[in-house]
Amino acid sequence: MDIWFFLIQVLNGVQYGLLLFLVASGLTLIFGIMGIINLAHGAFYMLGAYLAWWLAGLTGSLAAAVLLSLPLAAGIGYVIEALLVRVLYKRDHLDQVLLTYGLILIFNEAQRIFWGNDVHGVTMPAAFNWSIKLTEAQSYPSYRLFLSAVCAALAVAMYVVIARTRFGMWVRAGASNRDMVAALGINVKLLFGVVFAVGAALAGLAGALSTPITSVAPGMGDTVLILCFVVVVIGGVGSVKGAFLGAMLIGLADTFGKVFVPDYASFTVYGVMAAVLLWKPRGLFA
Amino acid sequence: MDFAKGLPRRSILQAGLVAAGASAFVPTRFAIGNTAKVKVGFLLPYTGTYAGLGEAITNGFKLAIEERGGKLGGRDIQFVAVDDESNPAKGPENTSKLVSGENVDFVVGPVHSGVALGMVKVVRETGTIAVIANAGAGAATGPLCAPNIFRTSFTNWQTAYPMGKVAVERGLKNVVTISWKYAAGEEALSGFEAGFTKAGGKVVKQILVPFPSDEFQANLTEIAALKPDGVFTFFAGAGALKFVKDYAAAGLKSIPLMGPGFLTDGVLKAQGEAAEGVLTTLHYADALDTPENKSFRAAYAKAFGKEADVYAVQGYDSAQLLVQGMAAVKGDTSAKPALIEAMEKSVIKSPRGTFTLSKAHNPVQDIYLRQVKGGQEIVLGVAEKGLADPATGCKMA
Amino acid sequence: MTFTMSRRLAILLLVLLAALALFPLWGKLAFAAKFPFLMQKLTGIMILAILAMSLDLLVGVAGLVSLGHAAFFGLGGYVLAMMSPQYEAANLWLVLPCALGVTALASLVVGFLSIRTSGIYFIMVTLAFGQMGYYFFNDSKAAGGSDGAFIYVKPAVEAFGVTLLDLDQKLTFFYVALGTLVAVYALLRLLLASPFGRVVRAIGVNEYRVQGLGFNPMAYKLVAFTIAGTIAGLGGFLAATQYGFVNPAMLGWHQSGHVLVMVILGGMGTLFGPVLGAFILELAHFAFESVTDHWLLPMGVMVIAIVLLLPKGVAGLLIQWTTLPPPQAGEGGERSETGEGPHPPTAARRVPPSPASGRGEVKEAPP
Repeated sequence: MDIWFFLIQVLNGVQYGLLLFLVASGLTLIFGIMGIINLAHGAFYMLGAYLAWWLAGLTGSLAAAVLLSLPLAAGIGYVIEALLVRVLYKRDHLDQVLLTYGLILIFNEAQRIFWGNDVHGVTMPAAFNWSIKLTEAQSYPSYRLFLSAVCAALAVAMYVVIARTRFGMWVRAGASNRDMVAALGINVKLLFGVVFAVGAALAGLAGALSTPITSVAPGMGDTVLILCFVVVVIGGVGSVKGAFLGAMLIGLADTFGKVFVPDYASFTVYGVMAAVLLWKPRGLFA
Repeated sequence: MDFAKGLPRRSILQAGLVAAGASAFVPTRFAIGNTAKVKVGFLLPYTGTYAGLGEAITNGFKLAIEERGGKLGGRDIQFVAVDDESNPAKGPENTSKLVSGENVDFVVGPVHSGVALGMVKVVRETGTIAVIANAGAGAATGPLCAPNIFRTSFTNWQTAYPMGKVAVERGLKNVVTISWKYAAGEEALSGFEAGFTKAGGKVVKQILVPFPSDEFQANLTEIAALKPDGVFTFFAGAGALKFVKDYAAAGLKSIPLMGPGFLTDGVLKAQGEAAEGVLTTLHYADALDTPENKSFRAAYAKAFGKEADVYAVQGYDSAQLLVQGMAAVKGDTSAKPALIEAMEKSVIKSPRGTFTLSKAHNPVQDIYLRQVKGGQEIVLGVAEKGLADPATGCKMA
Repeated sequence: MTFTMSRRLAILLLVLLAALALFPLWGKLAFAAKFPFLMQKLTGIMILAILAMSLDLLVGVAGLVSLGHAAFFGLGGYVLAMMSPQYEAANLWLVLPCALGVTALASLVVGFLSIRTSGIYFIMVTLAFGQMGYYFFNDSKAAGGSDGAFIYVKPAVEAFGVTLLDLDQKLTFFYVALGTLVAVYALLRLLLASPFGRVVRAIGVNEYRVQGLGFNPMAYKLVAFTIAGTIAGLGGFLAATQYGFVNPAMLGWHQSGHVLVMVILGGMGTLFGPVLGAFILELAHFAFESVTDHWLLPMGVMVIAIVLLLPKGVAGLLIQWTTLPPPQAGEGGERSETGEGPHPPTAARRVPPSPASGRGEVKEAPP
């Protein structure tokens, strides 16, 4: 096993980790900050992917489709928060689980009604029709590098917004004590509505940006949902840094599991999570 | 359930007219008054990942019935559909829903192999005639075969085995095989390996990716490092779309990619450039230049507004099988041994070409060699003529 | 968490139970054509209800939300499948204790590791163990892999060579499932009324207070987890017996999530609520699917309507209906850690340190 092989696998793992962070970032917000176990996160991911595919077909440009699908996903997220989620803030967390479970069913049916059952793909934009040669046999697609850059930028932006801005301060304060923040004259309803909308938009963005390298298909949201929770929880709920490192850990574990212990590759993600949580019962960074 | 809604009104009217004409023949063996409808139950996924396949099989089935006068053995048909959700844990229950809840005469389905085994468990006990319209699980017509279980689709072995010889003929001696770690994938990979090693090839490495992970980068890097002469793979649907795209994007196009035809069927357009050159074997090809296929595809496109695929063909042929069997007993489903015998002896003029059934009730069919060229699936020829599954373990074979 | 239920509620539940027990009589008249299937369907629902009740012991009573509970369900089934010879019946007196023993051991180990965590971390750890169980059978060729395995001959229930019960008889099996359901309910009620049960319930409300009183919550949680896992294994054993088929999907998180939905929808911590949840969810699915192709839509709407309109699930509604005077039953059920500040009445009612207070309409059973 030469060193290059090892390094390329590290690259694969890191890149997959970044992708996982992108997909899970919205959940970090909604779950980590608002404390809502949002099972519909995968549904928003699917929504973003279908919107991007559909709009790319209409506009002929993936960039335009991604940009258009963002406000749509955010709007739908805001409406759902205002109409449904808001009612349940004072309830048991499990009521939110049940609500978002119901949402999954409705989203899946809506997808069937609007877009049908077929499997779709989005053509790689011409700007990314190049790749970097890694070895004589393998090259790395530029779009994956672009996605990695987007994820890294997003991670930094999220960290800065939450840790350093007034908005982020409100959000953090609202998460730890809603009533106190409300008493200080901040519109908590609006604040949480916005956070939920941003979370939905981030899930949608992940779905939309993934379309050129994945398939747009029924049930796509279910598969990513669990991985998102793994990533968010492993690092410690409510911490952007934790989610980021959790994503990296899972990305690398999955990659190396598949290569070095293929017989047990099915177990690596869950095994790592169980091990981490047994070692640090509140996640790595809590 | 309104099953006619997928069809344009005009074709329903036409079917009605044809049916009216057909009913001029009075069934002889049937007493007047015994006009109960034949019940056909679909055990297919209508939600989730495989929903598209369930839809195509249902469409194909109904098209064949309509073209043949809308009846089975002179009797009207009532369709009952159960969404099996591709959930094997609910396979037996959903089968029972059709068999003992609806008292269907025939069960058609499913897509998922695990569901198929659950179905087989139930119909082996009830004796209901079941036609497997997709699931390729070898066991269903192997150790678990039964007189009332038929298959109009394929076994996982069947679509993979012929590629072994093709690969060697094309000078590919060292091949890596890759699939998801689940029964269908493993059966296909071992089918290929059997044909491939028999022809003198060598499988360098078998890679099984945890199901349903679709992050293939780590394994693609592995393949690049092994530098095999070729790669054989089994993926279908969304997984196939992603694998083929990732394979091309990783710059591995110089290593020929092979697999059962599900690798490109139904997703070829979405795969685009990435599928160029992919070599596949399957019991069907969209581009088959036969009158049966052309008229089938035209009728399907007209009725449903989309292109037919291999799944639609399987649904279509499942109906044909029932039509032939029921014609022989003139609609008398109680004459089960005669019905089963007639079905066994059926010669199906399928869009895929004419096929018959083996003693284990599997199609004995030509497997075509196809290749993607210029964005089109081109039929290169027949990889293996009249191939039958060995049906290992089946006591009827 | 009403463990002394009002007389009216008890009567209502007994009427429902009687209707279920007499289904083989009236069902034949009411649904002639579908009767054989409905028998099987109801049997299946009762088995799921057993699973849901066992999960309620964790989720609703002890406050341990497990998303891996189906793993023990599937494990119970797989033990039967693995121990059944191909051509003859396994001996129930041998395979049932084995199935229960294996699931008890597995839940003891998983519980021992998992209960160190709490809240969402507990959810995820149990999910992880559940998924590992799923992949264990999915990846194992000996156990039939992703295709699953058959049990060709149902276990024989014999004593001294005399067949006591023929599990192949659908009617017999219906009553076996019903009997097990009632027995498990009774067992759990007794358990929760016992000193042990009261500590477990108290843990669900406030673990630290229980610890402060000198109990070791870990030990109690572990026992509860093991009991719940073993009952789930019993359910899985029955499920595998019913159709003679096991599949890794029995262990997967979809199944765990499905049962969790039954528990929440039915009403956590009431034991009978999850049973109702199982019946409502499964029968609604059945009904919607026979009306429309797009059954997911009404299902989703129903689930959302229930969660919005019935804060304590269906059981909460029944308790409200059957309890007089109603206002007393309306106490807020939130046990959330946030946002309880501005509710002085609620807070006031919570003050008594009675272990079971603060959650739902508790009418504490006399010690």
